Amino acid sequence: MNADLRRERAAATFQPELLTHILDGGAERTRRRKEIEALVINDPDFQHEDLNFLSRSQRYEQAIRKSSLMVMKLREYGIADPEEIYWFKSFVHRGRPEPLDLHLGMFLPTLLTQATPEQQDRFFMPAWNLEIIGTYAQTEMGHGTHLRGLETTATYDPATQEFILNSPTVTSIKWWPGGLGKTSNHAIVLAQLYTQGQCKGLHAFIVPIRQLGTHEPLPGITVGDIGPKFGYDEMDNGYLKMDNFRIPRENMLMKYAQVEPDGTYVKPLSDKLTYGTMVFIRSLIVGDSARSLSRACTIAIRYSAVRHQSELKPGEPEPQILDYQTQQYKLFPLLATAYAFHFVGAYIKDTYQRISGDISEGDLSELPELHALTAGLKAFTSWTANAGIEECRMACGGHGYSRCSGIPDIYVTFTPSCTYEGENTVMMLQTARFLVKSYTQVSSGQRVTGMVSYLNDLSRQRIQPQHVAARAVTVRINDPVSLVDAYKARAARLVEAAAKNLQAELNHRKSKEDAWNRTSVDLVRASEAHCHYVIGKLFTAKLSEMSNAAVRAVMTELCLLYMLYGISKNSGDFLQAGILTDAQITQVNQRLKELLAVIRPNAVALVDAFDFHDVHLGSVLGRYDGNVYENMFEWAKKSPLNKTEVHESFHKHLKPMQAKL
Amino acid sequence: SVNPDLASERQTASFSVEKLTAWLDGGVECTRMRRAVVDAIESDPVFSRENQYFQSQNERYEAAVRKAVHLQRKMREMGWTENGPEFKYIYRAVSGDVAFLLHRVFMRSISVLGSDKQIAKWIPLATQYQLIGSYAQTELGHGTYIQGLETTAVYDTTTQEFILNTPKISAMKWWPGDMGRSSTHTVAFAQLYIHGKCYGVHPFIVQIRSLRDHSLCPGIIAGDIGPKMSFEHADNGFLMLQNVRVPRENMLSNFCEVQPDGTYTRRGSEQINYLTMTTVRIALISDEVLVALMKACTIAIRYSVVRRQSKLKPGEEEAKILDYQTQQEKLLPQLAAAYAFHTTNDYLQKLFDKSYSEIQKNNLEVLPELHALSSGFKAVITQHCTSAVEICLRACGGHGYSLLSGLPSLYTKILASCIYEGENTILLLQTARFLIKCFMAARAGQPVPPSVTYLATEKLGKCPARNKLDFLSPDIYTEAYQHTAIRLTSSAAAKLQDLVQSGAKKHDAWNQCTVQLVQAAKAHCHYITVKNFTETVEKLEPRAGIQKIMKHLCDLFALHGIISNAGVFLHDGYISGAQMDMVTASYLDLLPVIRKDAVPLVDAFDFTDKSLNSALGSYDGQVYQRLYEWAQKSPTNKQGNPAYERYLKPLLHNTLSKL
Repeated sequence: MNADLRRERAAATFQPELLTHILDGGAERTRRRKEIEALVINDPDFQHEDLNFLSRSQRYEQAIRKSSLMVMKLREYGIADPEEIYWFKSFVHRGRPEPLDLHLGMFLPTLLTQATPEQQDRFFMPAWNLEIIGTYAQTEMGHGTHLRGLETTATYDPATQEFILNSPTVTSIKWWPGGLGKTSNHAIVLAQLYTQGQCKGLHAFIVPIRQLGTHEPLPGITVGDIGPKFGYDEMDNGYLKMDNFRIPRENMLMKYAQVEPDGTYVKPLSDKLTYGTMVFIRSLIVGDSARSLSRACTIAIRYSAVRHQSELKPGEPEPQILDYQTQQYKLFPLLATAYAFHFVGAYIKDTYQRISGDISEGDLSELPELHALTAGLKAFTSWTANAGIEECRMACGGHGYSRCSGIPDIYVTFTPSCTYEGENTVMMLQTARFLVKSYTQVSSGQRVTGMVSYLNDLSRQRIQPQHVAARAVTVRINDPVSLVDAYKARAARLVEAAAKNLQAELNHRKSKEDAWNRTSVDLVRASEAHCHYVIGKLFTAKLSEMSNAAVRAVMTELCLLYMLYGISKNSGDFLQAGILTDAQITQVNQRLKELLAVIRPNAVALVDAFDFHDVHLGSVLGRYDGNVYENMFEWAKKSPLNKTEVHESFHKHLKPMQAKL
Repeated sequence: SVNPDLASERQTASFSVEKLTAWLDGGVECTRMRRAVVDAIESDPVFSRENQYFQSQNERYEAAVRKAVHLQRKMREMGWTENGPEFKYIYRAVSGDVAFLLHRVFMRSISVLGSDKQIAKWIPLATQYQLIGSYAQTELGHGTYIQGLETTAVYDTTTQEFILNTPKISAMKWWPGDMGRSSTHTVAFAQLYIHGKCYGVHPFIVQIRSLRDHSLCPGIIAGDIGPKMSFEHADNGFLMLQNVRVPRENMLSNFCEVQPDGTYTRRGSEQINYLTMTTVRIALISDEVLVALMKACTIAIRYSVVRRQSKLKPGEEEAKILDYQTQQEKLLPQLAAAYAFHTTNDYLQKLFDKSYSEIQKNNLEVLPELHALSSGFKAVITQHCTSAVEICLRACGGHGYSLLSGLPSLYTKILASCIYEGENTILLLQTARFLIKCFMAARAGQPVPPSVTYLATEKLGKCPARNKLDFLSPDIYTEAYQHTAIRLTSSAAAKLQDLVQSGAKKHDAWNQCTVQLVQAAKAHCHYITVKNFTETVEKLEPRAGIQKIMKHLCDLFALHGIISNAGVFLHDGYISGAQMDMVTASYLDLLPVIRKDAVPLVDAFDFTDKSLNSALGSYDGQVYQRLYEWAQKSPTNKQGNPAYERYLKPLLHNTLSKL
């Protein structure tokens, strides 16, 4: 092991394993995770050449190969717990997307939740046995987050009892669904249902797209790959165009809405149920934000302990770059953020599991708040992680830019989550809608509950002549609980400001929609402040659950760093609302820098606790043993440009030029 | 035909697009010449970038070499020369996807660092491409800190040769462009040892490949460093030297020379070296950074008037996404930044020209200011524009992630600029060092360079604005920026002094203040940018509507900067909470005003469709049609699906009988 890293690990004040157990949810979960990890990593079937050296087509092929084996082995090993399946898949594909993602993650679950028993008989077992591979085709070339704008049509023909599917315009071509381009032979297609001359809105249809046996596209179906992207090389994101393509009536998913043989439309009971799936997927993205940022931090912090550069003290050897204040200032707040997001992800998952029991019994009361909260948290965490991963890459200097660092790959794999499953700005505005609604309720004298209950205090404070949140003196900058209150006051102030601005726009005789649009920048800020408060609150609450004193001490420092950094970066909000004074902001900045030095000795142990296996981390810079340079050289030798010593372009271009000039 | 949604945007322009283009180019004549060069390059099929997004690293590299070779022919055919006025447009026209860029750095370093004799020997060979050069400075373990390099060059008096070695793996040269596969020679930087004594880092010309068959020379291990986030076309290389001997005459000796007996002599000032770095940093701002941001704005803004999404009002058609305040908030500040930094670039260029003529008169006093400004602006502009391009990418929803949008390649390329030619944090600290020095001097009543004289003023006080319209006055916001820059510099200086007085060592104190110092350097550059933008706008001709729209952009840029750094402006109460609300109100009012001219403002950048190479951003706005057509060209659609026969078929046919 590299001597620098060994020294770092020896100097840590706590045992990383204990922290790993907390992240996994218990020592037993850690043991099981590592067991599954070993099953995959020691399996020769899952070995292959470094993906960085393969073409897109080769990467797709490797992914398909591994996915087929994965499905088989999961069943062979009898792994059925969703979390364990997630681990297994994540180790097999090393955190990357794969062509069966949509089949396993959307096609099968949608059949389970939206198909009738007869439909399940027809489709589920073949799909389970992978005779049918499906995808979920929602997004169109011209339409994304705004679902009602989708243009694909499904017109019912009572004469033959069939639906006729059409892509009437270029913009209506299905575009982006994963696994659609080359892999799937079926798709669940979302289309506007027309029956008896009326549009009944969006519905889901099971559409066969390729011939079973030959895999050729069916007549009336045009299907293909959408071309190269920013990452996602393994995934055949596809397009689908349908021309008068007919499917039997029984292919509409009819557990809720139905079309009877004569074309009579039967309405579904409730549409809130679809919230459940969205909450679930967005909660996964929050977890993903945490994991992706953790991976990037692991690489950047280990490398910063190995890399030496310039001089801090004249005449002394070059110091580890992690000793520079500017480097600590880049990386440690991100490390703290990664931990914060882990706890938030776990919270949403637990809350979802807790209330999904209620949901299946028809109690939907907690769903709106959770839905609103996860929308905003999805946006907040994915934006922050996205920027954080880039910051980590840049903190690795030039080598971060090489694909051997692994960070470019983490970035391109992660960054689309700012857009998919709900574009982030739109998500923030959904949360804002809930916040404004809650604010209005409070204004009209009702009480609100849950994470927005701080809005209840606004009415009490209104008697004070000054700004609602002016209580600067009470904030103690070394106490996370007190800082949570400061964030709470900031959120209250920004929600109130946005709500008032919205009202002012409405008073200018603007239409509701115009007023909303003209306030949307304020509304997004309010949502951000709300999410920031929630994250701080959850992080702080987690501290009290930590029984080991050494672990709790270091996590308290990280939590403080997280909170103070957020204040420093948004000091304008805290100053403007009178929550903190100039002098306090100066103290915050000073304390922040002190904390950097306090955390410094534990930095490597804190990323070790994330417990990423080298194979999973996929980074030469972030290797556990820190033997960076010799392995970079080994890696580079495998580059495709190095396959021959003299590149063919020498004979084709260089030599003739030299002869002519 | 042009998409009607885009056509309608062009009918309402408040200014003459053609005149704005001419202003950006620096005159009608420059526009004409630029278009002629772009046209000559783009009409030549060898320079086509049509298949770029589908090519492998090997194919991209080969295309870059082919283009570079063809470019030599083209230049002779067109009568263009390296020193001619057309040259700067060529790079823009080929969009950087061309090999041998380091060959020019090789030549320039010989011209600057070499003796007359060395210049006479090597430059003609290089001009004739009898050899291909590169520039080998960075090592695997060492980057911006040049004194830390580990490659050695030991002088051997008996044979009058230098023996070059890579003593350990971290000393391997790593990253130099054109070195992995193409170059035959390189300027390698190594620690010079004579009779066991180290004289520091010096440049040596080293042959690495045979001129006959291109095979590696004895003692040389070299190759490509493998795939990167971008720059697939460039063969960034590694180089290991094992007892490689070069004649004494191969050490570039304009400033230092080793006599045959090993006597070391030094002459002249090496400060002039800074000039090379400065030149490169200023050049990259316009060639690499501004062009990328302008292209990204063009793509994102055109797409945002073609894309319709959701409804603003019930019953109406779906709205253009640029009509959403949140979309304007994302894109318009980036557009304003493109114009702001364009004027900064002009300012730097003029400063450079002026300084250069001073330097030619042997007046080196202008160098520190030039060096500090070029370092700081390189850092601030690359950082700002990199984030801006990413914002543009993410503002295009899902389609932004398709390579066919052109945005991912713009982004991955521009972000390298934050690292190369000096890592940004280190550069900002260099600027900060200059600021602190000047601040102390100014407060002591000593003369300081023009860009920092403002540091001498000590004004407390408050921002005088009384309503939101006051914040549209350049004096008001420029003053606020100035105030903040002074405050941050002076508080960093005070903190430094405190620490030193309380017994900290100077370097420790420095390290403990670096976060603050970086902030001060950024504030200084931000202030100069705003000040210079307002001055430029004032000088514009009021006719043709250009001054008016530039004034709006300048206001937007300045106010956006205040809101984004609200805490810094509020901190000492210079701007009050109520005033900050006025800033926000004025800023939000500007968005719909600039929105109306957004498309003409990007049209004025005057990029051809070929140079944008984007399915989303082309002039006619036929976005969806083009996306569909381009996708069909993807090899994944044109070639068969090998994975089907091998894996999918057995899978689908359930030969995995264990299931």
